[in-house]
Amino acid sequence: MIDWWLILDKVILIVVIFVVSLAIAAYSTYGERKIAAVIQDRIGPDRAGPWGILQPLADGGKFFLKEDITPKDADKFLFILGPSLFILTALMTSAIIPWGKSFYFGDHEFSLQVANLNVGILYLLAVVSIGGYGIMIGGWASNNKFALLGALRASSQMISYEVPMGMAIISIILMSNSLNLREIVDMQQGFHWNVFYQPLGFLIFLICAFAECNRAPFDLPESESELIGGYHTEYSSMKLGFFLFAEYINMFISSAIISCLFFGGYHFPGLDSLNMSPNIAAIVSICVLFGKIFFFIFFFMWVRWTLPRFRYDQLMRLGWKVLIPLSIFNVLATGAWLTFVK
Amino acid sequence: MQLTNRSKVASVKTLNWVEQLYLPAIIKGMIITFSHIFRKKATVRYPEQKRPIANIYRGLHVLKRDEEGRENCTACGLCAVACPAEAITMEAAERKKGEEHLYREEKYAAMYEINMLRCIFCGLCEEACPKDAIYLTDRILPSNYARNRFIYGKDLLVEGTTPETRIDISGRKKDYEMNV
Ligand code: SF4
Ligand code: SF4
Repeated sequence: MIDWWLILDKVILIVVIFVVSLAIAAYSTYGERKIAAVIQDRIGPDRAGPWGILQPLADGGKFFLKEDITPKDADKFLFILGPSLFILTALMTSAIIPWGKSFYFGDHEFSLQVANLNVGILYLLAVVSIGGYGIMIGGWASNNKFALLGALRASSQMISYEVPMGMAIISIILMSNSLNLREIVDMQQGFHWNVFYQPLGFLIFLICAFAECNRAPFDLPESESELIGGYHTEYSSMKLGFFLFAEYINMFISSAIISCLFFGGYHFPGLDSLNMSPNIAAIVSICVLFGKIFFFIFFFMWVRWTLPRFRYDQLMRLGWKVLIPLSIFNVLATGAWLTFVK
Repeated sequence: MQLTNRSKVASVKTLNWVEQLYLPAIIKGMIITFSHIFRKKATVRYPEQKRPIANIYRGLHVLKRDEEGRENCTACGLCAVACPAEAITMEAAERKKGEEHLYREEKYAAMYEINMLRCIFCGLCEEACPKDAIYLTDRILPSNYARNRFIYGKDLLVEGTTPETRIDISGRKKDYEMNV
């Protein structure tokens, strides 16, 4: 028999997560501009609504109203597929993130995780690497040399940095003995956050997350000064909006994953000793997770407005000659520690 | 010969291993940017907030009237001659009987135009004027969508007769006379 309650639960959850991701992505653009402004001793957007909080709506509306141009020599089908795939994968990754403790209505459990996959992390890595195709297809289909260069850079960068990223995750998996994201989070109950046991792994993962999201200092695929926007040079209107939006969604999801893997997800020290009723505990846990996520989104932006862009050879050297050996060492050290010390 | 003591010796030394980690430098940079969040902002929210402007600021021109509300300008053309940008054009006319309350002198400017796109706001017209008729003010030239609207005629240049529509330039006169 089909479990209708389960389906209803999941549909509600998916819709909520969808809306929240889009809202956070939209407001990240506002946050980005505000943070850029205050770091540069400016004020930032403040004309649309009080403190400019309607700015993302104005920007979004503008995207819809712009002329939608497809270049004459572009591959029509792939040209549309690129941004669609990119935003689709960006949204899909949110499925495995445990957003908080479960709600209880009577004896019905409402789990705040769309899919509690037992291979959650593999799913994550798989979906993230499909995202690379979005950029590659988009850049290829535009039939423009700058777009192609941007796409090439993006794909080689994503492939290079996925290796150390996977290695960093392996050391986490070694410690938790599980690929399930919820189990990894629950293992960090209290203050046993993975960041204290895996500082090197955290650093590697963080750097790779920046590279995977194409964020400064690794924003070479779109470097506006040399590639005039890189892979989205030829895009306009909402297709461009998709690319930009997906980038902010990626940033949001990466922040969530960093929080889950290294900073205890929705746990914080003392959460369980407060003896709250399960529903209130669930709300508190959601707030805790979002607090951590917002901190990391802020961190992403803070880094962007601090560091200049890498040169391409520096990027590759960092990836292959520094991060990969370090991450292999980290895996070996974790394994040795688990076998001989513990 | 050393002119200042600010010159620095250029160094091409390679980074040591701590510097090669980049992390200390990155953290230092991030602390610097973070501290800027709390600095005073340099932004001036323009239409609501204005930066203080000196009395002798050379902005939009005004054609003055005297105390009785008569136009000072006598269309002598000295301002147009003085103007390095050749921005001023005028047509003179003779004052008729019964127009004494409108124009102070027997000859007046029937048409007087300044092309604001040519004007460089040097203030030489003001210095050339023997009749205290033209002054630059601390008002800022507004932007516009069409080029021909930058040609300001008498309707935009001459100040009004009522006290509210008069353009005050007394501060400018005082400062100016002090400086001369
Ligand atoms: S300010 Fe200078 S350029 Fe402008 S009208 Fe007067 S004399 Fe000409
Ligand atoms: S503004 Fe002054 S200088 Fe120019 S025409 Fe009138 S009186 Fe002469």
